[in-house]
Amino acid sequence: MSDFEPRIVAFFCNWCTYGAADLAGVSRLDYPPNFRVVRLPCTGRLNPKYIIEAFKRGADGVWVSGCHPGDCHYIAGNYHARRKFVLLHHMIEAVGVEPGRLHFSWISSAEATKFQEVAREVVEKVRASGPNQSFRKAELDLGLAEVA
Amino acid sequence: MTSLADLNQNIQTAARRALADGRAEVVFGYRQGTAPFTAAPHFARTPEDCGQFVWTSFARVNLAAYLPKYPGKVALIARGCEARSAVGQVVESQFPRENLYVIGVGCQGMVDPEAVLAREKRPIREVTEDLTTINLAGDGWTASLPKAEVLRRNCKTCVCRTPKDLADEMLGGDAPPLPADDFADLKALAAKPPQEKMAYFKGLVKDCLRCYACRQACPLCYCPVCFVDETRPQWLGKSNDAMDTFTFHLLRAFHCAGRCTSCGACEAACPMDIKLREFNRLLEEEVQKDWQFVPGASWDQKPPLTTYRPDDEADFIK
Repeated sequence: MSDFEPRIVAFFCNWCTYGAADLAGVSRLDYPPNFRVVRLPCTGRLNPKYIIEAFKRGADGVWVSGCHPGDCHYIAGNYHARRKFVLLHHMIEAVGVEPGRLHFSWISSAEATKFQEVAREVVEKVRASGPNQSFRKAELDLGLAEVA
Repeated sequence: MTSLADLNQNIQTAARRALADGRAEVVFGYRQGTAPFTAAPHFARTPEDCGQFVWTSFARVNLAAYLPKYPGKVALIARGCEARSAVGQVVESQFPRENLYVIGVGCQGMVDPEAVLAREKRPIREVTEDLTTINLAGDGWTASLPKAEVLRRNCKTCVCRTPKDLADEMLGGDAPPLPADDFADLKALAAKPPQEKMAYFKGLVKDCLRCYACRQACPLCYCPVCFVDETRPQWLGKSNDAMDTFTFHLLRAFHCAGRCTSCGACEAACPMDIKLREFNRLLEEEVQKDWQFVPGASWDQKPPLTTYRPDDEADFIK
């Protein structure tokens, strides 16, 4: 497992966490490069099926991050998102996805150091969970290996 | 209420009255099915049509599912779960309250044909019912079973057997209340390791054909285009892939979160006898715990996912 590098899909809100990632870069803060960022206008835009789709296509982890409650650019987007997160987080764990795979955080655009810390934590937890084998779509097996 | 015949009589009279008073131009209810263990939805527009209404323990669909497609005034002969689903339709602006007249009926629960067949192995020729018993007849024998012993799974934990608070008019006596679902099995499962939980839930849906009968039967599934039918992007493949099937069940349950009234129409419609409600119950438990919300209990309370409180708790968020 030592050479396993997790692939993580990160959904960042445009106004806060995406800005924090920007600031972390500009500030030369060092964080692991294991996540691919999808920029959303707001965490309220996040449909739960995006998260499941990411896992389904083989992501080892998913990280969702946005503005602190009360700081939403659209006033209440993250309040609505929070209720969806509560249900989704509960459901994903209840059906047996390892708790270390799905992460949520609130990081404002000024919190570059928090971004760095959380990024490290997320990557380490997903790394500890190992490759995602149970909650993904299987590769289509056409039986070509036997023919070749 | 003394007998089923009286109750049927009362239902027919109430239906005729609703049509005559102009409170409804159509009455939704059930008529006898053509085979044992069945009942058919019945839509009466004239006093003569009303003569076919019966009270049945074999209702499979939820009549509230027909509301969003109907453009006129409707009287609904409703069990508790149907009344709650109708409230849900009104709260979600799918049907106007002023066009709806709810004729509530105290309900002893729906009967699961599989449970009856498990108890009675002899070939059954005829099935009739009284208020609290199911009467079976075969070649040269008769038997009767109490309904309470062969209820559908969802009916065993029904919290609204007598929809007094929701109905505009009540028929039939009060059905004695039952203990609510305590989710004990799900709590026990939650303590198990992830692999076991995954195996359990994947095992539940391993027979799923993805015929989407559950979606068609569900009173909540009124979206013009369902996510399973979307093609760009395509969320679910068309083949019988296990992960696609699992995703369907997770997202179906998520869409029903805070709205499901446990009417059991999905399970009754399933040709493979999948325990679909296990996924719904996962979220039902969470909705009750976090937001103390019971779907379809009041005409003016918003579903929990369309609203929020600034102090909602979510301690897993970093």
